[in-house]
Amino acid sequence: MSLYYVQKFLYNLNRDDGVQAQFRADPRAVLAEYDLTEEEIEALLGSDIGLLFHLGVNGQILMHFAAFEQIEWADYLRLMKEGIEKHGPVREGVYAVTGYGGVPARGEPVPTTDTAESGKGAMA
Amino acid sequence: MSLVFAGICPHAPGITGRAHLADPAAKDRLYGAFDQMRYALEATKPDALVVVAAEHFANFFMDNMPAFSIGMADSYQGPIEDPDWLGIPTTMVPGNAELSNRLVDEILQTVDVGYAQEWKFDHGIAVPLNFLTPRYDLAVIPANINCQGPPLTPPHRAWAFGEALRRAAEQVPERIALVGTGGISHWPATPDSVKINQEWDRQILDQWVAGDRQALIANDDVSSYLQGGQGAFEIRTHIAIAGATQGYERTVTYYEPIPMFAVGCALGWAAI
Repeated sequence: MSLYYVQKFLYNLNRDDGVQAQFRADPRAVLAEYDLTEEEIEALLGSDIGLLFHLGVNGQILMHFAAFEQIEWADYLRLMKEGIEKHGPVREGVYAVTGYGGVPARGEPVPTTDTAESGKGAMA
Repeated sequence: MSLVFAGICPHAPGITGRAHLADPAAKDRLYGAFDQMRYALEATKPDALVVVAAEHFANFFMDNMPAFSIGMADSYQGPIEDPDWLGIPTTMVPGNAELSNRLVDEILQTVDVGYAQEWKFDHGIAVPLNFLTPRYDLAVIPANINCQGPPLTPPHRAWAFGEALRRAAEQVPERIALVGTGGISHWPATPDSVKINQEWDRQILDQWVAGDRQALIANDDVSSYLQGGQGAFEIRTHIAIAGATQGYERTVTYYEPIPMFAVGCALGWAAI
């Protein structure tokens, strides 16, 4: 596990046009600069949003990678949900600490929230 | 000269990026509220606008995460997001490095703020500027509170940062405007993205209007998350503005939960 370096790579990709160009030209060479596991490398090469969310990537970093890979917002949200269904709860990072998507944190109950308009919020 | 304006507003990327997907009437109400805030801001004839934001890994990462930082450059580039995705073209925003330097000098007397001579704006600043300084003709000074990468800046320190900003603003000859952006309840960029907790939002706004320091700083990470999601950590920016406007009357001019923007949107400012 090297969530830190997965996020470090995505942080650099998100803010640096040069890294984006390098990643498009030779993604494996760019990823070789980071201390990543094979699973993480494959997740990044395959734009596997569900697996990356499961690994613990912060959505504030991940959503930009999804946009970079031309993944629409509704699909981005769906892929995260599917990732959790397929791989299980988020392994580490902020969501493992706080809870998410109905999974409680620290044994605390997940609050019920006002989702009065959530019926039309599938793409929000 | 002094602090001449201080307010709060949301910064969610959907406000510009997904504007075409939202309820048009709700979008128009929010945009109208931003226009009102711009008029109020412009009427104070500020020389610079300090934007206290909760940036999202655009400049600061867990290799060296500052609790507080202030930009100290003569210009800033942004947004880093894809312009089509965010709905805001990439541009250069004017800064004022020399003024930043004087503000930082004073803030450092009580708060260990970092400074940054490079800073790329993300939606946390770019969305508010899109409405508040749409011609990019006002010097902007970005400030940041770590609301994203735990361990986070404690809320009581956000209040202290606001006090330091006020003191610094009052010691420079320029007319300083201050805007805190972020919050309130939201679960941004996660599968819970559509949730909004109106009741908690209104509770936070009541605390902000009252300037209730004890209530505001009692919103620790666990309680904030349980009530308002990860995005609720950004209320630190609102807490800073409350700390900066002690003795003034604060008013919330607009509040509306807009699911397509994935956040309860609140604007307000202090009568200074």
